[in-house]
Amino acid sequence: MKVWVDRNICDNHGQCAIAAPDNFSLDADGVLQYKEDFPDADLEYIEDAMDVCPVQAIFLKGEQ
Amino acid sequence: MAGLRSAEQMRGAGWKDEIVLVGDEVHPPYNRPPLSKETLASQHSPDEALNSVLLRQRASAAPLTFRLGERAAACSLTDKTITLDSGESLHYDGLVIATGIRPRRLDVPGPTPGRYVVRTLDDSLALRQRLTPGVKVVVIGCGFVGCEVAATAISLGCDVQLIEGSNGPMHRALGGTVSAAMRDWFVSRGLQIRTRKVVTEFLTDQTDPHHQRVAGVRLNDGAELEAEVIVEAVGSLPNTEWLQGNGLDLTDGVLVDKHLRVLGAQNAVAVGDIARYPDQWTDGLPRRVEHWQGAIDTAKTAARSLVADLTGNQPPAPYSSVPSFWSDVFGTRVQGLGVPHHATDVRVIEGSLEALDEGVTVAYTRDNTIVGLVTIALPPARLIQLRSHLGQPLSELLAPTQLTTN
Ligand SMILES: Cc1cc2nc3c(=O)[nH]c(=O)nc-3n(C[C@H](O)[C@H](O)[C@H](O)COP(=O)(O)OP(=O)(O)OC[C@H]3O[C@@H](n4cnc5c(N)ncnc54)[C@H](O)[C@@H]3O)c2cc1C
Ligand code: SF4
Repeated sequence: MKVWVDRNICDNHGQCAIAAPDNFSLDADGVLQYKEDFPDADLEYIEDAMDVCPVQAIFLKGEQ
Repeated sequence: MAGLRSAEQMRGAGWKDEIVLVGDEVHPPYNRPPLSKETLASQHSPDEALNSVLLRQRASAAPLTFRLGERAAACSLTDKTITLDSGESLHYDGLVIATGIRPRRLDVPGPTPGRYVVRTLDDSLALRQRLTPGVKVVVIGCGFVGCEVAATAISLGCDVQLIEGSNGPMHRALGGTVSAAMRDWFVSRGLQIRTRKVVTEFLTDQTDPHHQRVAGVRLNDGAELEAEVIVEAVGSLPNTEWLQGNGLDLTDGVLVDKHLRVLGAQNAVAVGDIARYPDQWTDGLPRRVEHWQGAIDTAKTAARSLVADLTGNQPPAPYSSVPSFWSDVFGTRVQGLGVPHHATDVRVIEGSLEALDEGVTVAYTRDNTIVGLVTIALPPARLIQLRSHLGQPLSELLAPTQLTTN
């Protein structure tokens, strides 16, 4: 599974960076940066990040 | 929403048995924040609107059984049964109370048609149909929902008056100083505001004797305001009726302990807007918090507490999440962290309250310790950078090195 953020929806809330800091961060300009790949053990944190995104912009590819 | 998140978190905590979610709305769990903002301003069909707000559910939590469109009418916490509206009763081993709140209605004379609230998707869609350019709208109440609806209605070309009641815009969340600045800013955006007024009557439309419709409001100073649409945003009532008769403390929501377990019940927790929990950020004073992030955070702790109780294990760490909230008004983000209402002092540490549009950061302190932070018209990253200062002395934040922005 890979992480995918829909940039059209994301408004750089940054909640995901609090829930899963290993995978999501906001850069110096406040813009979201994230990694597509993650270790299996981190799935829980990725799912937490998906939950806390107020605009529900984070998806797992290979999920549907 | 807190119900769904609790179910998912119970799976995460290892619960393998059946999980049933009972909800009286016919829609699957959805996101409420857009209802006073994007949804209200959108041209979407009802189906598109629903799709745009549906909460994504964790695939890993399957299977979950949904009983949508069914209401819990009563329950017995000793027999561990819930009675549905239909008369059917459901037995449970563990109970998550997540029935949230409903808008309070004003108890003053006058007709009902033409009066709206915004809590559900259906509420939002019904109001949206009436918000056409030139329509006269009166919004009563200036908490988040009232302010957001008023701002959205202005953006749609309506003629909007906001009746403040006893306190100014977002006063409870932001305190008096910032609230006063918000008021000036709202006025500069075209909102007409009636400060410190209460509605004493809904006026009746005399031109249409067959249909008793509202035609406006009368205020306590005798003033009459004409309006075709009235929005009541005057606070909330926790949906606790179905829990009555079990000896619980239902004074304001459901009283829980620091692990979010219902006091006076076995194997029951409460989450989201309905949970009144001892908040360590307000010296352990029990309170309810009606913010989106709280629904997710309480679900996580409560699910773990419940699974621990059901499996005979020690409960996890007490609930300690920092309350946080955001609001969007006139396209501007207001974001808060901590407990601004608990502060005794406020200090603007960036920007100016006279120019909210240009970006402002406010620190709220109690005994010189930062207990709350609010940013207005700044990128969310700003608040995340400052997050570590919560609970720390104000002096550290004011140290010159901290003030450099990049
Ligand atoms: C218009 C609006 C805008 C908002 N904007 C923001 C925002 O910008 N930022 C922010 O931080 N927060 C915002 N919030 C607050 C946030 O949406 C809530 O805190 C959150 O929805 C709480 O979730 P909950 O699960 O506790 O309650 P709910 O989401 O209300 O869920 C409770 C559910 O239980 C159902 N129910 C009630 N009684 C029964 C019964 N007896 N039997 C069965 N089902 C029952 C209800 O119908 C409802 O579906 C907003 C809320 C609203 C209404
Ligand atoms: S939480 Fe959502 S909106 Fe915010 S940065 Fe992450 S993906 Fe974007």
